[in-house]
Amino acid sequence: MSDTATLTVSDRLMDILAEQAIVDRSEISPSSTLEDLGIDSVALVEVIFSIEETFDIAVPFNANEAESGEFDISSVGGMIKAVEDLISSRND
Amino acid sequence: MTDLSARRVVITGQGAFNALGKTAAETCDAMKNGRSGIGPLDFPGVERLSIRIGGQVTGYDPAEFFSRQQLTLFDPFTQFAMIAAGEAITQSGLEFEDAELSERSGVILGTSGGGLQTQDENYRLVYEEGKNRVHPFVVPRLMNNSAASHVSMAHNLQGPTFTVASACSSSNHAMGQAFALIKSGQADVIVTGGSESMLCFGGIKAWEGLRVMSKDGCRPFSANRNGMVQGEGAAVFIFEDYEHARARGANILAEVTGFAMSSDASDIVTPNIRGAIRAMRGALRSAGLNPESVGYINAHGTGTAANDRTECAAVREVFGVHADNLMISSTKSMHGHLIGGTGAVELLACVMALREGVVAPTINHEEFDPECDLDVVPNEAREARVTAAMSNAFAFGGLNAVLLLTAV
Repeated sequence: MSDTATLTVSDRLMDILAEQAIVDRSEISPSSTLEDLGIDSVALVEVIFSIEETFDIAVPFNANEAESGEFDISSVGGMIKAVEDLISSRND
Repeated sequence: MTDLSARRVVITGQGAFNALGKTAAETCDAMKNGRSGIGPLDFPGVERLSIRIGGQVTGYDPAEFFSRQQLTLFDPFTQFAMIAAGEAITQSGLEFEDAELSERSGVILGTSGGGLQTQDENYRLVYEEGKNRVHPFVVPRLMNNSAASHVSMAHNLQGPTFTVASACSSSNHAMGQAFALIKSGQADVIVTGGSESMLCFGGIKAWEGLRVMSKDGCRPFSANRNGMVQGEGAAVFIFEDYEHARARGANILAEVTGFAMSSDASDIVTPNIRGAIRAMRGALRSAGLNPESVGYINAHGTGTAANDRTECAAVREVFGVHADNLMISSTKSMHGHLIGGTGAVELLACVMALREGVVAPTINHEEFDPECDLDVVPNEAREARVTAAMSNAFAFGGLNAVLLLTAV
């Protein structure tokens, strides 16, 4: 089994965020917000793309209504839960 | 010797071909009636897209307009430009058989994607179908200057001719160059405007990635707006030296009095208020007009959260208290965003306001947005006397181009 397959959703999402924010993984926690990490709306679009490619899911996300959309971006913890939900609904 | 600084530039013809109509008059009629040209997209592969609406030209048979030989060479963006240019030149009454006039007349058109449909289809043939041979005219079809060159050839325009590509500002930059060339005495007539035809699988698929497109409608300035909707088509104008137009007794539609451009020099996609302010102020200065003279602004008004908020704030800063007296509308709500052709179609609304006293509405305005608290002419056209009209274009890449027209 490859390393990535044993990583949790949380680990892999934090890797994506750390790369985009150019911060160390240790600086990211579930309570972190995108603002804390310095991820602006344009960077967020790249994060969403990485999430879709990494987890093979389609994330419902429109940059015009990022805050109010279906996909929770209020915190890293919220995003982990949202990605897990999308993965499980894909597997249904 | 002629005083070049005194040269004035007027519009003596206009033509259009887009989702709202197949002529300038039809397009303006749709704007007056607040009619939308946006509907379900129809082209191969649309089922693989998440964005499936657009301002697509419908009921169009290219064979009614062009010969088989022409269609071999004309990508849709060239076809649209040729149709609109033909209408504009006919209206102007100009003929370019005279060698001197022909050499003093040119074509400057805007486009962003150019022959994108030609590229898309031929990439599909070689990559997806594995073909090893493409049609010999793929390059002359897809090149961005194809439309300008064909208009030049069709009408014997032998003067300055080129294409301007600055994304969503392409047409305004093109028309600004036409204005400058005539004003500086380098040309007497320029056929100018822009054309775009990105409504194909590859064109929309690329835009989907940016996550700024709406799946359900273009609602500029409305609190519930959720992105832009693309359109396609062209509009073309005849810009002419005023003395030249007067000497031949031409019907003058409007005067082009101001133009300015600026670069945000800040972000490749996010708009910057300072760049927008500088371009609008520059256009007023170029025209020698007070902000209070402007009665109507055709907004860039893409229907994205960021553009509309930033544009309204910029208008407030430039126009001060007068911002509450002027009208500002986004006709993209009806024809969609024609990217490199959009400024040209939108200039029709400015000419209409000046000539006919009818201001085109922003349709689909459903919810007031405190961040867009200007008179956006919601949902219904309005009769008003307008003597000066501004047209904004603020492109990706931070490139801004603003035109000012006055009534004659």
